[in-house]
Amino acid sequence: MSRTEDEVLDVIEKRRRRPHFKVMDEHITLAHGAGGRSSHVLIETLFGRAFDNPLLAPMADAATVDVKGGRLAFSTDSFVVRPLVFPGGDIGELAVNGTVNDLAMAGARPLALSAAFVLEEGFPVKDLARIAESMAAAAAAAGVPIATGDTKVVERGNADGLYICTSGVGLVRDDANLAAERMQPGDKVLVSGTMGDHGMAIMIARGDLELEVDLRSDTAPLNELVEQLLDAGGDAIRCLRDPTRGGLATVLNELAMTAEVGVVIDEEAVPLRPETNGACEILGIDPLHVANEGKLVAVVAPEAAEELLAVLRAHPLGLESAIVGGVNAEPPGMVLLDTAFGGSRVVDMLAGDPLPRIC
Amino acid sequence: MKFVDEFRSAEVAKKLTAEIEALVEPGRHYKFMEVCGGHTHTIYKHGIEDVLPPEIELVHGPGCPVCVIPMGRQDDAIAIAEQPNVIFTTFGDMMRVPASHGSLLDAKARGADVRMVYSPLDALRIARENPDREVVFFAIGFETTAPSTALTLLRAEAEGIENFSVFANHVTIIPAIRAILDSPDLRLDGFIGPGHVSTVIGTRPYNWIARDYRHPVVVSGFEPLDILQGVYLIMRQLREGKAEVENQYTRVVTEAGNPLALQAIAKTMELRTTFEWRGLGFISQSALKLRPEYAAWDAEVRHEIPSVRVADPKACQCGEVLKGVIKPWECKVFGTACTPDRPIGTCMVSSEGACAAYYNYGRLSRRRDREAVS
Repeated sequence: MSRTEDEVLDVIEKRRRRPHFKVMDEHITLAHGAGGRSSHVLIETLFGRAFDNPLLAPMADAATVDVKGGRLAFSTDSFVVRPLVFPGGDIGELAVNGTVNDLAMAGARPLALSAAFVLEEGFPVKDLARIAESMAAAAAAAGVPIATGDTKVVERGNADGLYICTSGVGLVRDDANLAAERMQPGDKVLVSGTMGDHGMAIMIARGDLELEVDLRSDTAPLNELVEQLLDAGGDAIRCLRDPTRGGLATVLNELAMTAEVGVVIDEEAVPLRPETNGACEILGIDPLHVANEGKLVAVVAPEAAEELLAVLRAHPLGLESAIVGGVNAEPPGMVLLDTAFGGSRVVDMLAGDPLPRIC
Repeated sequence: MKFVDEFRSAEVAKKLTAEIEALVEPGRHYKFMEVCGGHTHTIYKHGIEDVLPPEIELVHGPGCPVCVIPMGRQDDAIAIAEQPNVIFTTFGDMMRVPASHGSLLDAKARGADVRMVYSPLDALRIARENPDREVVFFAIGFETTAPSTALTLLRAEAEGIENFSVFANHVTIIPAIRAILDSPDLRLDGFIGPGHVSTVIGTRPYNWIARDYRHPVVVSGFEPLDILQGVYLIMRQLREGKAEVENQYTRVVTEAGNPLALQAIAKTMELRTTFEWRGLGFISQSALKLRPEYAAWDAEVRHEIPSVRVADPKACQCGEVLKGVIKPWECKVFGTACTPDRPIGTCMVSSEGACAAYYNYGRLSRRRDREAVS
């Protein structure tokens, strides 16, 4: 009755890709917010079921709604990052860029944003003013107005300074045909720069680690970069994602599972800042699991890969872009990595919660 | 990252692999145990099994500090954490270890003040900043981490910090290796000796393995080339009919270890008569507790704890995995009922656990992978 290793692996694969039916945990833990598998299960089983509708079903960064004369992209995101100000940005800039990027990944030009604030009693007004200014600057840089908003205040102790929620609408370009299902064996996987800088910068900025590393968040609006990519690539671009919480590993796993394809990445090709890599090495965290706030992942047709790489590299936000891997038919739903050492390994979604409250 | 890249060169690996292959005796199968969980992690993370000849099998050993803590101790930890006024500090991995009623992460969600720290000194800092709270540090680990606990105790003493205590679960590596060698289920040809532990205890404590059991021991570093060179040195000893303790990790390990670290441990801690290890049962003189002089900082003295021995979940075969008797995938619940998201056993929790390392990195079919390539 003993099974072979391959038989066991087949059983595990089937189990891993089986839809989840309920959240097994009794309480919400920080892992449910870390963007890895626990978040995935919570969203899929609890919210997905409660809100079930065809617009939500693709579970993309932004939903698209058909309206007269076009398609609207609609997205929302809340920000609970600690600390509120960190090297490379602050919660306000992050909140604007996060939603702009979610819209951009749907191939949409952002039209307007909303901003809702939950403020803690006692929060300094001058800090709030500074955050509002940085939101205004970020919105101007992305070319989108913050058109509406809301403010609530809670008693001291009920929020950690402030939380911000932004939503946005955008108009999807007619020539954008972006869907994970369009990925095919042979396609190439591109990233627009170094991975893991945002998550690590926040970890370091928190000061709990007593590590002194010069790292800045990569928070940036990607709409212009996406615009140029779509201008050059059009239909050759199968799908776009921004690898935020859970990092590149989680995004590629989601894509591989949706498209029923395998993804192979070349470890040596993944751009990493030495500071990020070093900090990850010390903390035992895989940089592929660490969040980015100003990078995109593009899966593109093989014949267009080099040209689109050049387009990305020509933009100031894509200078360190690279082709990091490709799409295979086998093994479906899995992401593998060819190690620099000459071996191979699995790259899975993040399990557990090494990095809470990074955005 | 220069300081590690030179230990990850595929080119050097190819040369070493060729030399290892040349040492393989036709028809012979080799089983080497890497004692340390850090090695297990490196082996899977870099795909080292892919570059080794098929005759060489690496067996994962008991050197994962999170893995060896029995469920009863985890229950005790949670019981302390749930006492009023306690701030319970722990390394991240221990937060997810399942106990009888959920993990520390669940206890935190229920309201316990559980905080993740990266060093016991962080816990001491929290104690300093919260003088009206009781701060407890969940100390785990082999001789690698015991010195930092010891130094923290010495500092707490020097500063007179009274609201800090240590829940000591430090274990020692030698009795665990002896338990494995005396277990009848496993035939081994050599050991990749633990690197970090040996920076503290040195290489001398392994001499009996070579002398009495005639097994080569090569203390190795944690980069992929370190491990490959460790394997090479074991193979060379076997080929030459030798059984010696060798040191591959000379850049940090010496024969005598680190006397200052050993002194700090000896000053603050002493051997327990016996200690329960997950899956391995009670092993005499295999763990450390605080000396009576440090009772004021001993969580087991200061706090009421249940100290109930709890059997491991029936389905869980962490014990066999820790002894190297079965491979992770041979456990009946591996990857199905027991996954990194919902672990049943400790080996699935820690990144150094054999099950977690295999699930997260190694879970790919070599057969299928080869077919896809061809």
